[in-house]
Amino acid sequence: MLGQQIVNGVMLGSVYAMVAVALTLSIGVLNFLNFSIPAMFMIGGMATWAFIHAGLPWPLAVAAALVVVGIASLIVELFTWRWMRGADKFVPLVSSMAFLILFEHLAIALYGSDLRTVNAGFSQVDLRFGGLVVGIPQLIGLVGSIVLIWCLSLLLNRTQLGRALRTIAEDSDTALLLGVNINRVVPIVFVVAGAFAAFAGVIFALNYRQVHPFMGEVVGLKGISAMIIGGMGNIWGSIVGGLVIGLVEVLAIGYFGADFVDIAVFGLLLLILFFRPTGLFAGMTAARGGI
Amino acid sequence: MSGYLEGILVLLAVNIVYAYGAFLPLAAGQLNIGLAGFAAIGAYSSAYVSNVYGIHPLIAIPIGGVVAALIALVVAVPVLRTRGIYLALATFALGQVVQASLLNMNVVGGAAGYPVTAFIRLPVVVGFAVVVMLLVWLLFTTRFGIAARAVHDDERVADLMGIEVRGFQVAAFALGSLISGIGGGIYAHHFSFIEAQYFNITLSITIVLYVLLGGTQTVFGPLIGAAVFTLLPELLRGSANWRYVVFAAGIIVLMALRPQGLITGGMLRRLFDWRDPFAKSPDAAKERAT
Repeated sequence: MLGQQIVNGVMLGSVYAMVAVALTLSIGVLNFLNFSIPAMFMIGGMATWAFIHAGLPWPLAVAAALVVVGIASLIVELFTWRWMRGADKFVPLVSSMAFLILFEHLAIALYGSDLRTVNAGFSQVDLRFGGLVVGIPQLIGLVGSIVLIWCLSLLLNRTQLGRALRTIAEDSDTALLLGVNINRVVPIVFVVAGAFAAFAGVIFALNYRQVHPFMGEVVGLKGISAMIIGGMGNIWGSIVGGLVIGLVEVLAIGYFGADFVDIAVFGLLLLILFFRPTGLFAGMTAARGGI
Repeated sequence: MSGYLEGILVLLAVNIVYAYGAFLPLAAGQLNIGLAGFAAIGAYSSAYVSNVYGIHPLIAIPIGGVVAALIALVVAVPVLRTRGIYLALATFALGQVVQASLLNMNVVGGAAGYPVTAFIRLPVVVGFAVVVMLLVWLLFTTRFGIAARAVHDDERVADLMGIEVRGFQVAAFALGSLISGIGGGIYAHHFSFIEAQYFNITLSITIVLYVLLGGTQTVFGPLIGAAVFTLLPELLRGSANWRYVVFAAGIIVLMALRPQGLITGGMLRRLFDWRDPFAKSPDAAKERAT
């Protein structure tokens, strides 16, 4: 029983971890808490459902959903970053919150606010290890997220683009002086962060088979918590944070009932903010190569 | 007066009170996105003392505000050790914990909601809003307003000028929470019923949006922001589905065109040719130059 709950917690945690990585990438490089990330998660899930519903096979639907998220991320970049440089420090945050409201209500206006069932056309295949049940889509999601995060880490630490991003994280004015083309590099951050959140949304849609215009809020709030617990700007910390939140959530449901999930998760977050406000792995921020 | 109009006016008054609750920390450069949590604390504690101990709403509502302010102090003092966005994140976590806890507290009805027996009419609601507004305006004519502005513009320079930066941030945050708690108490005692689901993150974010859209440079910003964005959606009621889409798109465009908010210090000076001590800031100077 406990073993099964740990498996479920890790699966849920990997979804939170992906969202947390998207948020932490934005905070770490741009120092910007991007509230439109939960919307990208929702668009990933809802667009996958919509394209499957329209008759596309699921791999094409997923690809099309990722393209939609890429375009949405570029629009967000224009209005929260490119045209807003030099504005008050809360302005990008406000605009990204407005984008969250905009995308959620756009989804409602287009598809209604009902819970939709995703029918991907493949049957749920489970693997059994002893008494533990692991769904194959879950396993693919978990492995896929680990591989993606590993690729991101390589990108940041080993490539010219990664070096440019780390320079911007240190000081964007200096980066400009050193010849980094900020207007070309920053949109990549938005698209990569959006893609991570969207991939989490796709995994969520295919695993739990349900999508909803407000699905991003619940997961997004847990993703923010995961990011803080791991230490903002630290990718591997976000993964640990995501897994911690996933496990706490599943164990809280198992032992105290579903009503106590939010108290447990956000109570833990509040305690960490009290005693270690910079998270469990503070100090390893983007600029110092901890990303 | 029609019930509809009265409903809108009460909503407007409550939103204005919330907006001043969000304005105080924003004016000192801190973001409170757990405002709904403090409003919930104010609403539930004032409803509890007026229901159980029979205390008059005029006293119960400020008591609710004081409880919210005390909890804000408990949160702010440890978290403000760090700079940057951590207080905003702590308020976010606190808002979530408050909502989740209230949903599980059977003494105040849990998820079923909590009925409030005492009732206050529209004039009392408006009276509270006017008093809150006047007190904040008075506060910002004192040294407090200038210091808050200095902390908002540059914490380090404010520190060099001898301002107790952390003290001001904690004070602005606790006072803002007090006002949010009062807003919650007004809401509870007019609508006679509260439920934890109302005090969600969307409420917090919407209120912060009102203030930032109105502008944080002057004490008139929250009033204008709350008024415009409470009344504007009412005009858009015809297209219910697209209403929020239009609202959100409006915010994004407004932020792109006028990032300092609708009302700025420089604008007031041009209009009335007066000097608002609160508006002395680099932004205002830039505006004057153009």
